[in-house]
Amino acid sequence: MTEQNVLSVTQLNQRIKLLIDGDPLLSGVCVRGELSNYKIYPSGHHYFTLKDADSSLRCVMFRGSAAKLRFRPESGMGVTAFGRVSVYPRDGAYQLYVEELLPEGTGDLQVAFEQLKEKLDREGLFDRAHKKPLPPFPERIAVVTSSAGAAVHDIIRILGKRWPLAEVILLPVRVQGTEAPPEIAGAIRYANSHHVADLIIAGRGGGSIEDLWAFNDERVARAIYESELPVISAVGHEPDVTIADYVADLRAATPSNAAELAVPDCAEMLETLRSLDIRRTQAVRKKLVFLSGRLAELKSRRVMQSPAGYIDARRVALDHATDRLLSAAQRAVGDKRRDYVRLAAALDAMSPLKVLSRGYAIAEDAGGRVLRSVSQTASGDEIRVELTDGSLDCRVEMIKERNNG
Amino acid sequence: MAEKKMSFEKSLARLEEIVKSLEKGDAPLDESLKLFEEGTGLIAGCEKLLGEAEQKVVKLKKGADGTPQELPFDDVE
Repeated sequence: MTEQNVLSVTQLNQRIKLLIDGDPLLSGVCVRGELSNYKIYPSGHHYFTLKDADSSLRCVMFRGSAAKLRFRPESGMGVTAFGRVSVYPRDGAYQLYVEELLPEGTGDLQVAFEQLKEKLDREGLFDRAHKKPLPPFPERIAVVTSSAGAAVHDIIRILGKRWPLAEVILLPVRVQGTEAPPEIAGAIRYANSHHVADLIIAGRGGGSIEDLWAFNDERVARAIYESELPVISAVGHEPDVTIADYVADLRAATPSNAAELAVPDCAEMLETLRSLDIRRTQAVRKKLVFLSGRLAELKSRRVMQSPAGYIDARRVALDHATDRLLSAAQRAVGDKRRDYVRLAAALDAMSPLKVLSRGYAIAEDAGGRVLRSVSQTASGDEIRVELTDGSLDCRVEMIKERNNG
Repeated sequence: MAEKKMSFEKSLARLEEIVKSLEKGDAPLDESLKLFEEGTGLIAGCEKLLGEAEQKVVKLKKGADGTPQELPFDDVE
């Protein structure tokens, strides 16, 4: 025994756990046995042992799975448990982690059902995202069912009553027995490959779990999943839920219900047409009322009442403007005249003649230049003195210079 | 037949479009009246389709060459 071969307890338990968790059979297994030592803990988890004559198995069912139980498990009861086996490392004990528990007598079919459901669910066949919307007004509806049962007549009757516009294409198949699953799956594939319709209803009337079994078949489930045309499942009565129901784009409770879900109702559609008609009429009436209101309002304006009044009003305005123009012109002329009189008077006052008339005289030299200073003359010069009414020719006798400084 | 049924969905969609446009009320009067008239035709057409529709039921058989073959449904019952 070398050091390398020695494992800790934890390491050993982890290794066993890995081995068990890696086994595909143990990750989803059905076990039949008798319940014993059944205990429900305050946490909501259920703990019990499954045993038969020679052996026993520790089991735990967590609160979430236990909430889905459709019966009350008791010690001593024969059951089939579905779940995965794993190791609880703290105790070094393996146990069954139970997801579903069915009382004995539900039979092997139920177990097979649960197993297939689990498998297909894990594969994503039930995904919401994959579900296709139904056409609002299907034109052709393929019905995949038996041509002999009551289901086909229910479907045809209700489709005809609600929406006779839709053509019904029956693809007759057997709906029970070993031939049923391939026939149902084949019909769904055929409807797709030849595009015989734009919607498929697949189903059958009520019966025992064995009667409905074809709709729990994996081939049927896959054909529904792969269908490009939307599929409504219509199997049995309300409480019967088949694998087909999980895969279908829409689950109907019964075949009749499928027909109701598949098409609109003619009577409701007539109602819709009626209400559209009313809305349309009201909208146009509203527009007409609005427009005639505006017309009336425009008509009531004075201009439209008497066109002459309009012209009169304009004439008054014109007269008024003429008056204003005239008086403005007159005012302008008057102002100019006053300016003229004032300027003329000023000019008159400035006139040299006016100055002479007041007794002043202007002396000029022989050249006619006005004398402003005694220095401009010399004794003996001849000068002229202008008076208001004539002039005097004079000779300068003597110059007396006035000294102002 | 298929085309006539197709027109129900299209007619209804067009009718809804017309009513919405009329309710908005911004189209000129002559256009509004044209739409109104178009609506009259569509409503009459839809009612006729619903009123006169007769359910057609066929049974589909796979023909010898694999193509669908329609048979009357009457033989069952």
